[in-house]
This record gives sequence, C-alpha cells and structure tokens, in this order.
Amino acid sequence: MSVDKDTVKKLATLARLDLPDEELAHLAGELSTIMQFVEQLGEVNTDGVAPMTSVAHMNLPRRADEVTDGGYPERVLANAPDAMDGFYTVPKVVE
Amino acid sequence: MSELTNLTIADARAKLGKGEISAVELTEAHIQAMEKARGLNAFVTETPDLALERAREADAALKKGDAGILAGIPLGIKDLFCTEGVRTTASSKILENFVPPYESTISANLKKAGAVMLGKTSLDEFAMGSSNMTSAFGPVISPWKRKSNSNAQLVPGGSSGGSASAVSARIAMGATGTDTGGSIRQPASFCGIVGLKPTYGRCSRWGTIAFASSLDQAGPMTRSVKDAALMLQAMAGHDPKDSTSANIALPDFAAALTGDIRGLKVGIPKEYRPDGLSAEIQKLWDDGIEMLKAAGATPVEISLPHTKYALAAYYIVAPAECSSNLSRYDGVRYGLRVEGKTLDELYAKTRAAGFGQEVRRRILIGTYVLSAGYYDAYYTKAQKVRALIAEDFRKAYEMVDVILTPTAPSAAFGIGETNEDPVAMWLNDVFTVPASLAGLPGISLPTGLSSEGLPLGLQLLGRPFDEETVLKVAGVLESAAGFKATPTGVEI
Repeated sequence: MSVDKDTVKKLATLARLDLPDEELAHLAGELSTIMQFVEQLGEVNTDGVAPMTSVAHMNLPRRADEVTDGGYPERVLANAPDAMDGFYTVPKVVE
Repeated sequence: MSELTNLTIADARAKLGKGEISAVELTEAHIQAMEKARGLNAFVTETPDLALERAREADAALKKGDAGILAGIPLGIKDLFCTEGVRTTASSKILENFVPPYESTISANLKKAGAVMLGKTSLDEFAMGSSNMTSAFGPVISPWKRKSNSNAQLVPGGSSGGSASAVSARIAMGATGTDTGGSIRQPASFCGIVGLKPTYGRCSRWGTIAFASSLDQAGPMTRSVKDAALMLQAMAGHDPKDSTSANIALPDFAAALTGDIRGLKVGIPKEYRPDGLSAEIQKLWDDGIEMLKAAGATPVEISLPHTKYALAAYYIVAPAECSSNLSRYDGVRYGLRVEGKTLDELYAKTRAAGFGQEVRRRILIGTYVLSAGYYDAYYTKAQKVRALIAEDFRKAYEMVDVILTPTAPSAAFGIGETNEDPVAMWLNDVFTVPASLAGLPGISLPTGLSSEGLPLGLQLLGRPFDEETVLKVAGVLESAAGFKATPTGVEI
C-alpha cells in the first residue's frame, strides 16, 4: 500500500497536526515504506484466530460506582495554559 | 571516581544498615557524579536539593530502624513517571513546562521504600525510539567508547537511554525504565547494565505517561541482577488505580537468586538466529548457552514460528495506541499551547509545534491503521498475529522454563551513523518486541564485549509472572559471565 500526499494531508487533519505542505511528500514516502513493511502480515493465516484483547489473562476488576477522588479544581487547573475563573479557556466556538 | 558510586545497591544497603556510610554521604557522591557527567545529557531535570532532603529522611529512618528496602539509595527516575511538584516532560516540547500535581504509583512506591531521587532521566520523546536521539532536549550520550575511535559519540539505546547512561556511568545506583518494545532491555544491552521488564501487569502504569497502554511496563535498570530484584520488589505490586495491574501476591524476588538452575530447561528459539546475524552475537549467544549448560541446565531447541511477524504487528499496534493516547495533548488542559483563530486550529498548531518528527510519524501511522475501512485490515489483523505470537510462547513454555536469546542484533551505534529509514531503526528491537507483544517478563544482562570493546547483552524470557525463574537464571549467567568491563572514565 503506498500512501500519497493527499492521504497524508487527510491523516494530518484527522490527527489535528498542522503540517506544512513541504513536509507532506517526505512523510508520504516514509509512510509508504512503513505500510509496505507491515504488509507482510498478509502472509499469516489468521482464520479463526481471535484478536488479542487482554495481555494478562485477567478479568477487568469492578468497584463500587462512587466518587473517590477530586474536589481540588486549583490542582486540576494548575497546568492549564490559560485558565480563567476555575475554567479552561478555548477560542470562541459559537458565533 | 568515588568508591561510593561504584557500589551495588545490595552492598550500599549493607553499609547503610551497619552505619558505615550515611545516605547523605552516598547521595552527595552521586550528586557530584551527576554534575561532572553533564556532558552525557542523561538528565532532563536534576533534583539535588530534593535528593538531599530524602537522604536526610533515610538516615533518620535508618537510625530509628524503620527504613524501607531502598532507604538512602540514589536513583534516576525516567522522565515519563509523573513526579509531584517536579517537572515531567516525556522529553517532549509539548510537556516542557508540565509540573504534575500527583505522583506516579511507581515513583511513589520507590519513595515509600526510602529511595532518593537524583533527577529525571532523559528518554526518546514519549518513549518512541531506540537511540534516545528523538528527545526534544538533545541526544543522550553513552559513556562507552569504541576502541578504534574514542571520539565517536555512541547512543545509549532507547527509549530509556538517560537511565541506562546514568547507571552505567555511575551517576545513579539504579534507575527506572519503561519498556514498550524493548526500551529497558535494549539500552541495558548497549550500556552494559541489567534491565528487567516485568510481566505486563506486575508494575502499575498509573501516573506513567502513556505511549502504548497494552505494552507499556515499568522496570528496574541496575548494575547487578540482585539489584534489579531489590528494585523490582519496591516498584511492583497491585494498584487499584490501574485496572490492568495484577492482584497477585509479590514473591521475594531476591530470594529467587539461589544460584541453582540444575534441571531447568532453557529454550533456544531457532527463529532468533536469522541469516545475517553477526558472528559476534552468535558467539555471545553460544557462550551463554554453554554457561547455563555448565551450571546444570539443559538447552532445548524450540520454535517460535511467528517471530518474523512480530515487528510488523508491533508497528501497527503501538502507533495505533500512541495516536489514541496522545490525542490528549490539545493545548487546552496542560502543556504547550499555540493560539489559533478556531479551536481546531489551536489543536493542530499546538500539536504540530509540540511533537517531534518520530512522534508525528507514529501518530499518522496510528491514525491510518485505525481509520474507517482500514481498521480490520491492519489493526485487527495485527492483534490476531499478536495472539499467535503469544500462543507460540505458551506452547514453548510447556517444554521449557525460560528462553535465552540475544538482546539486540548489534552493539551500540554512533550518533549520526544511522540512515533515515525508520524501518531500519526498528530492527534494533527485533529480539525484544515478541515478548512485549506477549506481555512476558524479560531481562537483559551484559555477558560480553564486541570487538570494539562495547558491551553486548543476552536476554532471558520467562513465563507470565515468573520473574523469579528469570532472575534465578540471570543470576547464574551473571556469575558465569563475570562481566567486569566499565565505560570510559569509570575505574573500579
């Protein structure tokens, strides 16, 4: 599978990466190399094989649905680049 | 070189326990070593004041007789573990100024055991790399030099390169690493130290910055197998805050080092001897087999037929999980922010400015293999192959107790000696990735030197949650190999 410039542009949009146009061709080449490398998985017969969903064979633990943490907004917001009045801020999203 | 910085953790514990040395003395010696070796660029952040404060606490606890098992032991903490009040960057620009308001379970466990944190060690950005060259804060340098050219700067391996370099250069007695596809074992091999990746679920992932959640596992990097056992003892254990943390009792890991491996069966996988494997690595491996045989173990040839496909499966699964995990870096809640006219523009500008080349590449691959129409062809297929790889190991462990392989296909390479091809770089992980995919415990320990005088490691892999056998066999191999070489400038 070869990956072209337009595909890279689409992926960058999906991944929210603002990549300059001059990087796209280079990345298309690299991604093509990588995708060609992983193509070899097609050789493996996986009929009837269940995909791995859990690394260690354990049941997911359950706990009571209770609040066990929180109540410190100032710590939560401590690393926010632009917090205001106990909230995160973003550019205006509604006109 | 100070005598104190050459001690193993086990020896330092004995001296601290008898009052022959103090934790403050030991810590000061390591702080000096850290300052002197700044040229290695092993640390992103040094925390000498905090270290001395912890050392004084350790001395008090030692006096009172209620000291933890690592009381007063100076360690490096990989800058992927969140440390409360101490900047944690993942060696990425996007987290350059991130100061966590909480402590990761691993670093908290080490603190509880009395360990002294010297600082935060560098890594490949978000632990993505095998050379430590992808750090936003510059490459880490290995303290080792080639015999033929002592000017060439060598990589320490990665992603836990700062940890490996610091432990090898006697800056830290041990350090934490994380291993997703080989990130503890490969740098341990490159730097001539011991690196243990525990079974997936043995160490909590809570508070460790995530790369690929189904693969990431923390572990110790030390200068002896016994030290690895001691550090693992402090790090491991069930944590309700990580739902994949195993709720099983911890054995006494150091007690597993009995030195007796008579009757154990050691698997030698024939697929780990590909055409083109260097004669040097083949000999290292053959020597290791002979050492274990001489100690009374029986080598058994085994087959792990899907080994060949492990790298391809890994490079679908790991980027898929990376693209998902790294979606949290949005410029809104923490980390770097680059303003934009719209929210989408803010996200895209922030992420493009904050992530380096390798991380961006992996996010794009992950986005591709998870995107509509490709998910089954790539991601599901890779998870099926992964199940087959795990099954290969399960079958092998019906016949053998442990598996011996080389850790890496070569000794450390030089900075700037690699080509641009990302796939070529990935081949460093060819022997470590399969066990990562299967979640198995593995250790790398140095057993020989290359013709250039650089360390080479062998890897032992065990059954799930059987770190004890891995450690026991590693202890025997360590004694038999008698690896005593030290990097340039370190004299014992």
